[in-house]
Amino acid sequence: MAKTIVQEFTKGLWEEIPPFRLVLGLCPVLAVTKTVANGVGMGVAATFVLVCSNVLVSMLRNIIPSQVRVPCFIIIIATFVVVVELVMQAFTYPLFLQLGIFIPLIVVNCVILGRAEAFASKNPPVASIADGFGIGVGFTIALGALAGIREAFGAGTISVPFSDTVIQLFGPSFEPFTFMVEAPGAFVCLGLMLAVMNMVGK
Amino acid sequence: MRDIIRMIVVLAILAACGGALLAGVKSSTAEQIEYQQLKFVKGPAILEILEGCSNDPLVDRFKIPDGEVERGFYVGVFDGKANTVVFESFGKGFGGDIGVMVGVNLETDKLLGMGVTTHAETPGLGSRAKDDPSFRAQFKGSSITESFKVKSDGGQIDAVSGATITSQGVCQGVTDSSGFYSKLKPQIIEQAKAFAK
Repeated sequence: MAKTIVQEFTKGLWEEIPPFRLVLGLCPVLAVTKTVANGVGMGVAATFVLVCSNVLVSMLRNIIPSQVRVPCFIIIIATFVVVVELVMQAFTYPLFLQLGIFIPLIVVNCVILGRAEAFASKNPPVASIADGFGIGVGFTIALGALAGIREAFGAGTISVPFSDTVIQLFGPSFEPFTFMVEAPGAFVCLGLMLAVMNMVGK
Repeated sequence: MRDIIRMIVVLAILAACGGALLAGVKSSTAEQIEYQQLKFVKGPAILEILEGCSNDPLVDRFKIPDGEVERGFYVGVFDGKANTVVFESFGKGFGGDIGVMVGVNLETDKLLGMGVTTHAETPGLGSRAKDDPSFRAQFKGSSITESFKVKSDGGQIDAVSGATITSQGVCQGVTDSSGFYSKLKPQIIEQAKAFAK
């Protein structure tokens, strides 16, 4: 059942949206979704790494010996992660400070290694780009949505990605539900979203 | 045997290409990263001291070697004259070194202002040396060559209440800065000239 390029892209948005359907890469999902700006920033960084690593892995899939494929994938992924880290430091320094250790940790994000192993190492480059881009956008949407819910209830604000603007949602009398921006709140919120996704999906 | 050689070659080539790419990205972003770090870590203090200047002091900067260290200077242009420099000095605080930014008028040697950049002082006590404008304002207008001391040491500066050690550290940082300022002054004036508009 060969899929078209468009299908390879769109499957990442719903059918295989990473945190909810694949339930992969949960560490950054839980850790950086305190604000929308952080969540989307993380998603964009991961998408860039995912697309680049998918392309390279796919192009080199006949050259890389299968016994050492995982070290090869890690070298490719780690290279692009450091590129992202340096570029972020150079152009979006406050975001870099916020995301901190979670940028280098993209190297071991199982969404990216998972796509390299499960998809890019078996498919041609164009399909791999579509797959990487779709999964990446899905990851970004998922992070943005989770962060939106957490930030709205936990702080009463929505921060616009890649700018300094912060929108106040409620009036000054709003009491923040701070549980939502703490780690347990992330678990509860993710669980509820998974439940809703499963109900809608059935 | 052929398999093993192939594995080694592929891995080595991949790693080498990765290294080359990273070296390229690193060197091409180095300057921009330095600027960003300046802007978000030291920038706020520099811009506050040089409020009203007509240039961007984070761009108009130069370094002068002083013994083993390099000192960074940020130039402020007022009325077309590059007559003010801001530079950083360190004092010993309660929780480690305190970074002190000092702005000096090159013609009169008078302090235009000072600000605290990096510190590890107690939040709410020592940290007020950074946040409390009335403490910082005491330094303004004095000559850099004066020795600054808190009142309990027989000096002229009112310490931040509950943070005497921090205040002493800041005073020491400002006092120390006059040492290398006087020593490097001819070079500073020479270099600063280039930024006049």
